[in-house]
Amino acid sequence: MATHVVSYRPLSERRPWTFYVLGGLFFGFLLFLYGPMFVIYLLSFQGENGGVTFPMVGVSTIWFEDIFKRGQMADIPVSFGRSMRLALVVASLTVVFSVAAGLAFRRRFPGSGVIFYLAVASLVMPSLLVGFGIGLGFQFLGLQPSLFTSALGAQLTWTLPFGLFAMFAVVNRFNRAWEEAARDLGASSWQVLRHITIPILLPGIIGVAMGAFTLSYDEYARTTLTIGPKNTLPLELYALISSATSPTLFAIGTITTSVSFVAIIVTLLVVAHMQRRRGRTTAKA
Amino acid sequence: MSVLTATDSRSAAVIQSASGGVARPRRRRMPAWSVSWLQVSPLALILFALFALPTVLFLVVSFYDYDRTGLYPAFILDNYKDLLTTPATWRVYVSSLKFACIVWAITLFLGFNIAYFLIFHIRSRMVRAVFFLLCTIPFWTSGIIRTIAWIPFLGRNGAFNQILMGMGVTSQPLEFLLFSDFSVIITYVHLFTLLMIGPIANSMSKIDKALVEAAVDAGASRWAVMSNVIIPLSKTGIVLGSILVFTQVMGDYFVVKQMSGGQSASIVSMLSNEISTMQYPPASANAMVLVVFVAFLVAMMMRVVDVRKELVK
Repeated sequence: MATHVVSYRPLSERRPWTFYVLGGLFFGFLLFLYGPMFVIYLLSFQGENGGVTFPMVGVSTIWFEDIFKRGQMADIPVSFGRSMRLALVVASLTVVFSVAAGLAFRRRFPGSGVIFYLAVASLVMPSLLVGFGIGLGFQFLGLQPSLFTSALGAQLTWTLPFGLFAMFAVVNRFNRAWEEAARDLGASSWQVLRHITIPILLPGIIGVAMGAFTLSYDEYARTTLTIGPKNTLPLELYALISSATSPTLFAIGTITTSVSFVAIIVTLLVVAHMQRRRGRTTAKA
Repeated sequence: MSVLTATDSRSAAVIQSASGGVARPRRRRMPAWSVSWLQVSPLALILFALFALPTVLFLVVSFYDYDRTGLYPAFILDNYKDLLTTPATWRVYVSSLKFACIVWAITLFLGFNIAYFLIFHIRSRMVRAVFFLLCTIPFWTSGIIRTIAWIPFLGRNGAFNQILMGMGVTSQPLEFLLFSDFSVIITYVHLFTLLMIGPIANSMSKIDKALVEAAVDAGASRWAVMSNVIIPLSKTGIVLGSILVFTQVMGDYFVVKQMSGGQSASIVSMLSNEISTMQYPPASANAMVLVVFVAFLVAMMMRVVDVRKELVK
């Protein structure tokens, strides 16, 4: 969120007719976005004898219990843990590397064009092909693909360009006068980074972390050929879909959405808290 | 995400140009760009080792010979010849392109109008942030789950048919809704519209509202403002969103497989079949053709606007 409050004079006091048309479109879009999701949440409470479609045959939580029965279908909780750990590592590396790279791109340097287009190419490359190339490379080198080697690498080829592009948007809003002022007052490069640049960019950096986390947590196309024998959650889901269909899938959907929801709310609260604190210190000064 | 906030990039540019644009020489002994190199090196090394090298690898393998037992280093063009002379290849490319174009048109329409609504019609920053969040929340649910979410919704006894019959629109359930081109397109639009909204909203939020007012004061009609001010100034976002949506659809194999009921194939699903049967050289040739094709499309779109100049200021 921006640090400066810029208020504009409303374009016109009365709403034009386009406002109502576009507003209708927007709410229609929200219905389209949420409709099928709510059907899933509803069906995850399907009764014992019910199937994957309507009608609902009673209400139960049996499909949720199913998830936690070991070996019943697949080890969902275990693969969930694996996905979480991988996503945390991916998000941390992405934040550090893409923030650094984003700062680097503020000045022109030899080779910046090559790296820019390398990032574009990595972002638009069909995902399965990236995994295919890495899997092939591991095979040629005689290495076994695994979670924290090939799968981590494959996901970074996706989250790093994303992080870099997000950082471009963040850095563009950054007013360099702040840094200039700090330097003129005698701050060292490290002090400028630590006390000026990072704190001002922090909301954007948290955005990059959240984005990288979800991209990793949901990824299957890049991971499928690089994961080795132990599946992440999306790959486990993928296997489940092709083998059996039961409302358990929907129950997993309900749980993963709740987890995401809690994660977003916690992050937003943290950001809001930080902004309020910063607002207070600025006001005092 | 802070895409929706107004910026002071204008004033930043003024200050930057006033200070000469480039960093003034200081006490540093190293040239200024060596710091940039240091900062960018982890990202560059990872992309080089895990993206560029593997791509070169499958370029090499695409010329290899193979049989049931292994790969044989060679330089033969048979893999390409076989691929390009199979009618199925062309059919799959045409079908993927068709999906990509339709989905692109729909997501562009939705993405542009929704971004416009959020940026120019919503006056309160708070409401705007909440609306934008509402658009992004479904994005936090696994793509696999969001795809199969359409099955109970569109199916024969699905929610949509029940609603239609309840309203008396049809007397019997519509069959074409699920496992058809229709359901594939719906799912793509559901998955990818956000990729359009984000970049376009980001571009639009940088448009100085005074420009719009100036145009209105000078007598421009609503449509003239749109075509002479808003669209040209959000071109970067439109191009970026288009690139993302296009390449996502071209690279997909899950949605087509799951939602078309086996009636359509995608380029990548064809490729993944070859990989699962260990036919690496033909799979590599297939991959190379797709890479060249996607690179060509992206290059064409990037000709419209210098994305690099727009992004890295």
